[in-house]
Amino acid sequence: MFGTYLRRELLNRRKQTIIISIGMALAIGLVILVNSFSAGVQNAQASVLQSVYGVGTDITISQAATPPTAGATGGGQQGFAFGSGDGASTGGTTNLSQSRLTSTPTQTVFDATQLATVQAVSGVAAATGTLSLENVTFSGQIPQRGTGASGTGGTRTGGAAPSTAAPTGGADGAGGSAFNLNRFSVLGLDPSGDSVGPLSAVTLADGRLLSAADAGTDNAVLDANYATSASLATGGTIAIAGTTFTIVGTVSSSGSDSATAANVYIPLDVAQTLSTNTGKISNIYVQASSSSAVDQLQTTLKAALPTATVDTQADLAATVSGSLSTASTLVSNLGTWLSILVLAAAFLIAILFTISGVTRRTREFGTLKAIGWSNRRIVGQVAGESVVQGLIGGVIGIAVGIAGIVVVNIISPTLSGSASTAGGVGGAARRAAGAAAGGGTTPGGEGGGFGQRAAGGGGFGAAAQQAATTVTLHAPFTIEIVLIAVGLAILGGLLAGAFGGWRAARLRPAEALRSVG
Amino acid sequence: MYQLTNVTKTYNATKRKVTALDDVTLTIQDGEMVAIQGPTGGGKSTLLQMLGALDRPTSGDVTLGASMLSKLGDHKLAEIRAKEIGFVFQGFNLIPTLTAEENVETALAPLGVSGSERRTRARDALASVGLSDRFTHLPAELSGGQQQRVAIARALVKRPEVLLADEPTGSLDEETRDEIMELLEGFWREQGLTLIIVTHDTAVARRAGRRLHIKAGKVREV
Repeated sequence: MFGTYLRRELLNRRKQTIIISIGMALAIGLVILVNSFSAGVQNAQASVLQSVYGVGTDITISQAATPPTAGATGGGQQGFAFGSGDGASTGGTTNLSQSRLTSTPTQTVFDATQLATVQAVSGVAAATGTLSLENVTFSGQIPQRGTGASGTGGTRTGGAAPSTAAPTGGADGAGGSAFNLNRFSVLGLDPSGDSVGPLSAVTLADGRLLSAADAGTDNAVLDANYATSASLATGGTIAIAGTTFTIVGTVSSSGSDSATAANVYIPLDVAQTLSTNTGKISNIYVQASSSSAVDQLQTTLKAALPTATVDTQADLAATVSGSLSTASTLVSNLGTWLSILVLAAAFLIAILFTISGVTRRTREFGTLKAIGWSNRRIVGQVAGESVVQGLIGGVIGIAVGIAGIVVVNIISPTLSGSASTAGGVGGAARRAAGAAAGGGTTPGGEGGGFGQRAAGGGGFGAAAQQAATTVTLHAPFTIEIVLIAVGLAILGGLLAGAFGGWRAARLRPAEALRSVG
Repeated sequence: MYQLTNVTKTYNATKRKVTALDDVTLTIQDGEMVAIQGPTGGGKSTLLQMLGALDRPTSGDVTLGASMLSKLGDHKLAEIRAKEIGFVFQGFNLIPTLTAEENVETALAPLGVSGSERRTRARDALASVGLSDRFTHLPAELSGGQQQRVAIARALVKRPEVLLADEPTGSLDEETRDEIMELLEGFWREQGLTLIIVTHDTAVARRAGRRLHIKAGKVREV
């Protein structure tokens, strides 16, 4: 009887069924779309983060850099100094070149023993340490000085007046000078560990990755984009801090236009030696043993390393900028509130229509009570009708949501995102430090200013580096989303049924006999 | 057998208290056919609600057989209505979205009768009121007389002890009225029902072996 009565009611009161179902369908469709879009944006964010931090990295640990203070000494990088004997002279021109590998200005190196501390913490599945560095090469051509001329080469300190003879030599052959500054980022990492850390997310483009056997060797792996732009290839060489490294492979991130965490990867021990940071690292990448225990692990690690900055993926997600960030904000704010609003409106419509329907059917329910139907049976009937209306709305809503998802995936909007890496991981203090240290965020580490390295200044545009990634947004359709839709449909139906049933239960059976005078 | 003892029912109206039944004491024997007449607002409706276990008196007792209706809870009253009392209403009160057969089946739903038995009994009941060819018709597709026949089938399909008819012919023409009354009388005789009819129609009332008149909450024999 329940099924027959329910079917007849839904079919014969089509207007109410259609209105409630459509309202529910629109709301559920929107919720599905927003959920899917949100998941897509999260995946895109994860993709951006993975290109920088690697797959499976739950937590990163670093030390905040202290922003240089005006007037203080010792800040910034060391200058390049050339002695009188430096450089090779040919044809009246002296060629100068000097290369230096230093830690990234916006990062503070710390003792590598802290890695052991982290690895000993309960809940840490894996951890690896890296040393974020920057190789700066200053090269140029200056006119060759005569032996009788005053001055001491590259750094003039005064002397007799220059010769009145027409200048010769130099870059333009007329006494002119030309200088070039080349910068690229270098990441020293444990060549034996690729389960967590920057190289866990990369794809091998050519050659091979670093392995345990590369420890202590002058072998390097390059970011594929950087290798292309610098005209380098596997089998070739690259000079880092005056040392010639053999390029054993190139890697790329999952995004076609994206960069990996650094331009060049070399063994950690070699990086420490060349940069005079023996026994030091700048970052620790941590994989938690349980994804649900990340927050707890963050707290534990903060306690174990009180001076360190401990960031989770959620913190790192905040460092993603660009249109991806805008989309994320849009979804989390407008999308969520719109969903809540439409859902509330749909629930309200369902409740009001159900109550109104019960009121219209007063005589019907009164009659049923008069012939022996219990309150429970009548409430069950009303609730059943509402739940089925909600489920119809849910099914239509799933179809609407899938259609929306298909449209989004056909359009495949591309979002650009960039995540601060060496200088920008985590806290605002470090980002502020990066900005103060020279300004400019130059992807890949190319270029940079040639500033006066006054005490306390930044110089060379040393800044937070960013890995720019273009991600195609894919809105996923998962069983969880279907379950959410079905859950909402049932919830909406139950709410409407509860209110309608409550109204029906309060009806006095005597209503059916109202016509008697 | 119905036994009403000093039954009083009062309602709180907006500005005053209304006494719908005033110290009514009444006995209706099993198998009686009783007609209740009276002016509008005289208390017929309230009396029928008491007899039909739809309401409880403010004071006094209402007993049907061994059950003291005035003391029972809602659930038990619903059970008694489902098993022992059949209702026929002036406006037929059929469920508009259900067919004639399904309307009759609604009376069997609270009794836990299986689907196939429900269908068989409903069809038998409809056949007994002359509607063998109207099983699948919706109420809107039936005439007033046919709708009232469906309502009678619904009231009788559960084989009640008491049939309460509220102005059963009030919406019908004379010819149909007589048909319906003959139908009701036929069942009353065949099944040994207690038939209580509320009516304004003296012609209908005269068919009953016993007539009651109710006015201002007071009942008297006619």
